Amino acid sequence: MDQFTINLLFVGASFALYIGIAIWARAGSTSEFYAAGRGVHPVTNGMATAADWMSAASFISMAGLIAFTGYDNSTFLMGWTGGYVLLALLLAPYLRKFGKYTVSEFIGDRFYSPTARLVAVISLLVASITYVIGQMTGVGVAFGRFLEVSNEVGLLIGAVVVFAYAVFGGMKGVTYTQVAQYVVLIMAYTIPAVFISLQLTGNPIPGLGLFGTDLESGLPLLQKLDQIVAELGFREYTMHHGDTFNMVLFTLSLMIGTAGLPHVIMRFFTVPRVADARWSAGWALVFIALLYLTAPAVGAMARLNITEQFWPNGTSGEAVSVEQIATDPAYDWMQTWQQTGLLGWEDKNGDGRIQYYNDASPAMQERAATEGWEGNELTNFNQDILVLANPEIANLPGWVIGLVAAGGLAAALSTAAGLLLAISSAVSHDLIKGQWNPGISEKGELLSARIAMAVAIVVATYLGLNPPGFAAQTVALAFGLAAASIFPALMMGIFTKVNNYGAVAGMLAGLIVTVIYIFLHKGWFFIPDTNSFTDADPLLGTIKSTSFGAVGALINFAVAFTVSKMTAAIPQEIEELVESVRVPRGAGVAQDH
Amino acid sequence: MADQTSQKAQAAGKSDAGYWAANVRIILVSLVIWALCSFGFGILLRPMLSGIPVGGTDLGFWFAQQGSILVFLALIFFYAWRMNKLDREFGVEEE
Repeated sequence: MDQFTINLLFVGASFALYIGIAIWARAGSTSEFYAAGRGVHPVTNGMATAADWMSAASFISMAGLIAFTGYDNSTFLMGWTGGYVLLALLLAPYLRKFGKYTVSEFIGDRFYSPTARLVAVISLLVASITYVIGQMTGVGVAFGRFLEVSNEVGLLIGAVVVFAYAVFGGMKGVTYTQVAQYVVLIMAYTIPAVFISLQLTGNPIPGLGLFGTDLESGLPLLQKLDQIVAELGFREYTMHHGDTFNMVLFTLSLMIGTAGLPHVIMRFFTVPRVADARWSAGWALVFIALLYLTAPAVGAMARLNITEQFWPNGTSGEAVSVEQIATDPAYDWMQTWQQTGLLGWEDKNGDGRIQYYNDASPAMQERAATEGWEGNELTNFNQDILVLANPEIANLPGWVIGLVAAGGLAAALSTAAGLLLAISSAVSHDLIKGQWNPGISEKGELLSARIAMAVAIVVATYLGLNPPGFAAQTVALAFGLAAASIFPALMMGIFTKVNNYGAVAGMLAGLIVTVIYIFLHKGWFFIPDTNSFTDADPLLGTIKSTSFGAVGALINFAVAFTVSKMTAAIPQEIEELVESVRVPRGAGVAQDH
Repeated sequence: MADQTSQKAQAAGKSDAGYWAANVRIILVSLVIWALCSFGFGILLRPMLSGIPVGGTDLGFWFAQQGSILVFLALIFFYAWRMNKLDREFGVEEE
């Protein structure tokens, strides 16, 4: 069987599974559509949350980010998991006790202000829509590579599948398909990693193999890696090179942003009890950690494998020859990925060999001069191909490659579905029912939720087909908005007696300052060349625009407290609402509403 | 049944305010550990831990790439267990 047939089989079987689940789990009421009838077991919910959270960025991009930067990109590992501590301790149990359907609904009720709800809905919509574009593009890329269809056709197939289970199943359908998608994506991520870890270190657990011994050299794996990358003029893998303050702030921003992303928070509305919401956050992190503890091993081992492939005779010997790349089956992956335009090499000095090294390093420039090299000859290596190409680089069997294809698609589709659900509930529940037509019947609301979902899929597909050119930049925006507006508002709603004026002023201040800071560095509305600063030389000290979310959150808190102090205290019934949210007793009642 | 326990708890001087204060204390302690293991051991205090070797590198690297995640997990499960116990102590658990 050729590789194409294998890929088709794996992807086709996984899609059939998702559709089957959708037919089984149709939503009949708004409670089922928004919160899966609040009947989801905490372990099941944890698994669905993990699939919801781990997007194309976690599955496809993260290991590549770590592989080519090393220690400094540990920020993603800590940031995207540490947020769950904030969620579990500061938000999830209280929002479950509150017992409504959307994040903005809590903000609107707690701050007794339709304006507060509207501000929350707007930042929620902007954050979710920018985030979903990246997922749709990811679906297109994965299809394009593995099923030999164009990106556009791939994206349309993906959109139809999401449409089928998200529109009909709502939260209920999405939850159970996400469970299936989690199983597919975690197998796809760990199985190749286990093989590679066995090959390199003899340890079947990649997370332990990372700190194990490289069988070939007998040195600790990380020491060996440090050594060979340093010999080629690159920065040592395990060392800290960037700015420490920015690293702390970036990690903190990712954590706060994670805890403020609505599609993750709303998953905690689906469990039966407050106690379940607490456990559920822990289970979510267990399932996320399975991938996140493996990711640094995937990154380091891939970096080692790739470097050794280019220097089969050691870093001081001869580089790999052009002829070997063309004929040796171990290098087939380079041929395959060259066709996608994401990998490229060029024998600049015409010596029949491809020298891969850091041509910006003075020591390497000296060596290049004596050896007659004319610059780094690995001219293009898109870091995003690392996880997808990894099984081929390590010469793993064809079915592993098919599995990785299905896994990448599962990661992108499950996150897209969660985001689309957050968007549709914001439109139908917060905008249509909350602002324009409070008297709408349950049937009418359910219909409008489905229509909103369908429209959101069409818009996301359109934006995925015609990405606005700033797709990669917008993730900073999504996290910035979630960190600067949503998280502080929710936290103050539970832990403080901040009033309506304070909350609105705080959210607006955090939002506006963060957006302006991002636009100043990335260009106004991400239009190229309209930026006044760059992240290499930021406006404030060493604070990059991607790290600004935490500062935005701080501004939100400060403004909210100041304004709240100067205006009237919260009314009695809101005081009672805060008291009631703080204790679990009576949460069951909320189920029936 | 739950009503009885909550009355008993209130009779013993255990109020919702006391419950909340105890919760906030547990959260604060947990967040100190959360920050210490990630921003502390993983980043800021890494130079101080550089003398402790772990598999070809040092303890700070391990905390940044794996240790902090394991601590986060332990914290969330500890919090869930501790709070579910506290709910019963103060008689504020769900029916």
